[in-house]
Amino acid sequence: MSKVLHDIKAIGKGLATTFRSMLERPVTVQYPEQKRPVSKRYRGRHVLRRYDNGLERCIGCSLCAAACPADAIFVEAAENTDERRFSPGERYAAVYEINYLRCIFCGYCEEACPTEAIVLTDQYELSFENRRDAIYGKDRLLEPVPPEGQPTPQKTPPGVFVKPIPEMPDFPAWKP
Amino acid sequence: MDTALLLEWTLKVLILTFVLLTGFAYLTLLERKVLARIQVRLGPNRAGPYGLLQPLADGIKLLFKESIIPARADKVIFVLAPVVTVIPALVINAVLPWGRTVPMFGREVSLYVADINVALLYIMAISSIAVYGITLAGWSSNNKYALLGGLRAAAQMISYELALGLSLLGPVLLAGSLSLVDIVEAQRSMWYIVYQPLAAIIFLITGVAELNRAPFDLPEAEQELTAGYHTEYSGMKFALFYMAEYVKMITVSALFAVLFLGGYLGPFESQHPALGPVYLVVKILLGLFVLIWLRATLPRFRYDQLMRLGWKVLFPLALLNLVVTAVLVVLLG
Repeated sequence: MSKVLHDIKAIGKGLATTFRSMLERPVTVQYPEQKRPVSKRYRGRHVLRRYDNGLERCIGCSLCAAACPADAIFVEAAENTDERRFSPGERYAAVYEINYLRCIFCGYCEEACPTEAIVLTDQYELSFENRRDAIYGKDRLLEPVPPEGQPTPQKTPPGVFVKPIPEMPDFPAWKP
Repeated sequence: MDTALLLEWTLKVLILTFVLLTGFAYLTLLERKVLARIQVRLGPNRAGPYGLLQPLADGIKLLFKESIIPARADKVIFVLAPVVTVIPALVINAVLPWGRTVPMFGREVSLYVADINVALLYIMAISSIAVYGITLAGWSSNNKYALLGGLRAAAQMISYELALGLSLLGPVLLAGSLSLVDIVEAQRSMWYIVYQPLAAIIFLITGVAELNRAPFDLPEAEQELTAGYHTEYSGMKFALFYMAEYVKMITVSALFAVLFLGGYLGPFESQHPALGPVYLVVKILLGLFVLIWLRATLPRFRYDQLMRLGWKVLFPLALLNLVVTAVLVVLLG
């Protein structure tokens, strides 16, 4: 008999618990309108960065592609000339593609990059309607040209960019 | 029989069916909303203001879904089973009194479709047919999960219908009638939940079991049987099973209100009979909330626990309640 009373009391306790939880404030975040802040170290979609003068940081070395465990990155490098200059180095990435169906957002590319060209941002809204759209090319990866900079390719004076790998970290060698 | 009477009946039947089907649609929304609030969520709120168009969206979606019949299913029974489940759920409501009579269009219109003198017997008889639909659905699907679900439904119904029937007899003994209108009128002095608390509790528990709802939802136990008897159903046929379940939810809470909570009775009802349906709706909503609340709280019973509770606890208790009530009615009344 005492066991029955105990069981009934337990059911009552359970009902009281659920009733009380009904009076709590819902924890729902109304997602597309309301967004929660992400962690400072969040690893989301990549961006290819530029220097302040608009030149691309990427020198087409393919170290990111080599570091990528998911084989998501494809880089095809080409030679810079002073007439058509994309990056301060000897070469630049003519094709730079990241396949977001493969990418696991480990951040190894970011670690491998000698010029801090590829970085992961906090952007996580990556949905595609077909597989083609999941492959981001330079057009979507490259960050916009900074205010004082000029778009690439740039025409640069000869004799300024002579090193295969530009000097880091600050690079004020040439302003347009 | 004059044409006006025939028209009145037809209209009442149509209105009642419309109310029940709309009630079914919005009960799904209510359940999702209440469950969400209990789980500290918001629930559907995208389709229309407060998600009020959600049932419509669900209905349209189900209408346009492909209706699949498994290759080696028994086609006739497979198609018939949802119908056999839905029709009894709707037909039961014919005897529910929503109020007394109100003057309307120059005639006295009664707020029930039929007041038959064996209403409770009729309800017991019709509600037992619904289990055939569920069992046949399980059998005709040619799927072992569906079959197990159907078998469980049948076993559960048999085990709980006895206690359910016996708990109904308490109010019948007190009122001295099987007619629901008489039972409600007999509660004018005091609701029967006061005289028959045990019967009310037994009715509630067995009612939940008859509905196949949590914590007695063994026929469709997701974790063991995928979806039980409606595993193979899709599209509108699946929706019909849902309709049956939710219409029966409304019926069970309406019956609880009629038998134990004084049905359409309430303050000022004797002067204004039109208030009757309002009171009944409020009581039904209360009952529906309890059903949803129970679902949100209690985990599913194990099969042996279900059988033990039905046969060893509820059935003897209901019998005892019946004997004590009968003796007291003879001695006091």
